[in-house]
Amino acid sequence: MLRKKECVAMLLAGGQGSRLYELTSNIAKPAVAFGAKYRIIDFPLSNCINSGIDTVGVLTQYQPLVLNEYIGNGQPWDLDRTFGGVHILSPYEAKKDTSWYKGTANAIYQNIRFMKMYDPEYVLILSGDHIYKMDYDKMLAAHKAANAACTIACMQVPMKEASRFGILNTNKDGTIYEFEEKPAAPKSDLASMGIYIFTAEKLFKYLELDDKDPKSEKDFGKNVLPAMLNAGEKMYSYRFDGYWKDVGTISSLWEANMDLLGVVPNFELSDRDRVMCSRSPLAPPAFIEGEVINSIVATGGEIEGTVINSVVGTNCIIEKGAEVIDSVLMGNITVKAGAKINYSIIDEDVCIGEKAIIGAARSEAVKVESKTNGIAVLGRGISVKKGGKIPAGEIADKDV
Amino acid sequence: MASTVGVIFSSINEENVPELTKVRSMGSIPYGGRYRLVDFALSNMVNSGITTVGMITKNNYQSLMDHLGTGKYWDLARKDGGLILLPPYSGESETLYKNRLEALKGATAFLKKVKEDFVVIADSDAVYKLDYSKVIDYHIQKNADITLVYHEHTLKKSHYNMTFDVAKDGRITEIEINPTATGIRKNYINVMVARTSFLLRLILDAIQRGYTSFGKDILSPGTKLYNLYAYKFEGFYANITSLNSYFDANMVLLDKKIRQEIFGDRDVYTKVNDSAPAKFADTAQVKNSLVSDGCIIEGTVENCILFRGVKIGKGTVVKNCILMTDNIIGENCKLSYVVSDKNSVVRDGRILAGCEIQPYFINKGSLI
Repeated sequence: MLRKKECVAMLLAGGQGSRLYELTSNIAKPAVAFGAKYRIIDFPLSNCINSGIDTVGVLTQYQPLVLNEYIGNGQPWDLDRTFGGVHILSPYEAKKDTSWYKGTANAIYQNIRFMKMYDPEYVLILSGDHIYKMDYDKMLAAHKAANAACTIACMQVPMKEASRFGILNTNKDGTIYEFEEKPAAPKSDLASMGIYIFTAEKLFKYLELDDKDPKSEKDFGKNVLPAMLNAGEKMYSYRFDGYWKDVGTISSLWEANMDLLGVVPNFELSDRDRVMCSRSPLAPPAFIEGEVINSIVATGGEIEGTVINSVVGTNCIIEKGAEVIDSVLMGNITVKAGAKINYSIIDEDVCIGEKAIIGAARSEAVKVESKTNGIAVLGRGISVKKGGKIPAGEIADKDV
Repeated sequence: MASTVGVIFSSINEENVPELTKVRSMGSIPYGGRYRLVDFALSNMVNSGITTVGMITKNNYQSLMDHLGTGKYWDLARKDGGLILLPPYSGESETLYKNRLEALKGATAFLKKVKEDFVVIADSDAVYKLDYSKVIDYHIQKNADITLVYHEHTLKKSHYNMTFDVAKDGRITEIEINPTATGIRKNYINVMVARTSFLLRLILDAIQRGYTSFGKDILSPGTKLYNLYAYKFEGFYANITSLNSYFDANMVLLDKKIRQEIFGDRDVYTKVNDSAPAKFADTAQVKNSLVSDGCIIEGTVENCILFRGVKIGKGTVVKNCILMTDNIIGENCKLSYVVSDKNSVVRDGRILAGCEIQPYFINKGSLI
């Protein structure tokens, strides 16, 4: 019997996502709700199963409760398998030493035995903080065709933003001759998407070398990839030109949600060839009585107020006379009568009291100096009392 | 609660709604935007703590099997018990059953095998939320041989009806089958509780005597022979006995109180599907409607139940309609009082209308 997997995916889901502030104060970034019924991790997990990869290790470290509960046995992604499937890999205690994951490369290194269990030819490294649909199988085919040791997915970004990314300098044939992490003066506009395919034996070799290097920060971008390049390994770039968004900041998370709106949206979720899977809640269809315009609404909603240009998650109640404009409501949120929500992101399990005013009209709010580009952010589980106010750009982490 | 096994008739009274059961069994008739009728009896069982359910099927059950799968969405994919399909031609029955008694005869092998002391038997042609464990408690408390559940409402025209006369202590004194009287009656809702061993004895005895009807030959004379008790169910109850009652049973979900009774408190389990959230375009106008995942609405929708993946084109007005999964309605159409089965397409500019007492029905997969 074949006890082997050609390609094993390792999903880095341990990051805190500190630039999402209150939204990740007690859940890991990949567990943050997105697009009314999804969580960020649905995207890499669905991409895996849609690309024929059925063995995924999810490396968790920071606040894993919601994430672990959400992934469960992997059934919603068809990843409950007798051999393979999805596995949560958290830091563990060993005979010699116990340690948290110190950097991305160290996290993968600590789980080398997990990967070896499947005797893979290739290992796909993913991160749990991007919104995109990608066929990893095509990337794997390119990796094989190039006979590379490592293939890095990349995409063109505007030149002026290039210094925010890991930049690949490539030859005409797509091979990489230089890798620069967030360069001040970028030589190219090809940004790494943080998606790597390694030939497994090369990965294991360089992870072990990296582990022995005391000066290394144990990071793929800073240490392992440059080390491989210096050693003369064949590094190859794989161009991706579909939709891809890093949702690491409040404003990029808001934008990515807004990209789902419209009959022909910037990012299409409903194409049936590459179905996005998620753990769907058991809620009846949404009841719509009020005005709902240019928005998406998940199941279980009771919408009697007005919703314009917004994303409304599962089990939201929007009472008569309430207004939700240019906002993201993550799920299980009650907006009482007469409350007004503008240009805001509201986390799960929040209650907004009658006539409360959250945020300000987008045209005004964007002028406000703040960490969030004027977006009002309400943390998980808080309540806003009757007539309460949260101004544009504020981050609320307790009852108001 | 007392250890209980469930039995569901998934294929009963299908002649009542020939339009909807042409391509499926009663239990797999789509309902309420994302459910199938069988979900209600099945969820009631699961929510009552029942973990072994026998599903009696007859013919046309492919769609039902597709829906139920291994039973995991009802938490009934179990090592021990769980959801067990009881197809025809198995065990004691050599022919396709023609009535309830013959169907039960086919389930005797299942009932002999189970360890549970009590059995709840329910149909799958109704929408209601009932904690069957309360009926079992009542059954034990009354020391009954059989407990039948009734609901008081005006008798509707149907293929098969049973009403009771009930004494003060809850004992059934008289059972009337296909009654002619009208007005509010105590209508049997085809939910029955008995000890598993007692039910088995009844069935085996009935086979020996060549009985053909569970109601006429066992229950009706049973008022004199056994302790027959009646349990009154007072919640919302909608029985699907015609296309018209199917229409009403869906539309009543637009009433908030009923929606909360059926869906609030305890979940109604169903097969989960990966559709994107419902999308409303900037031209959308939706009033008093249920809208499921995967819908894309560009037109006007009023008093409707939209199942998953329904598309409503620009300039189209849809009022008082039930549009099942993946219906595509083009641009500038007018639909009112239409019940459209799954996967149908209505081309641009079509005008279709039924009326309140006779909705216009579109067959599954039609192109209009």
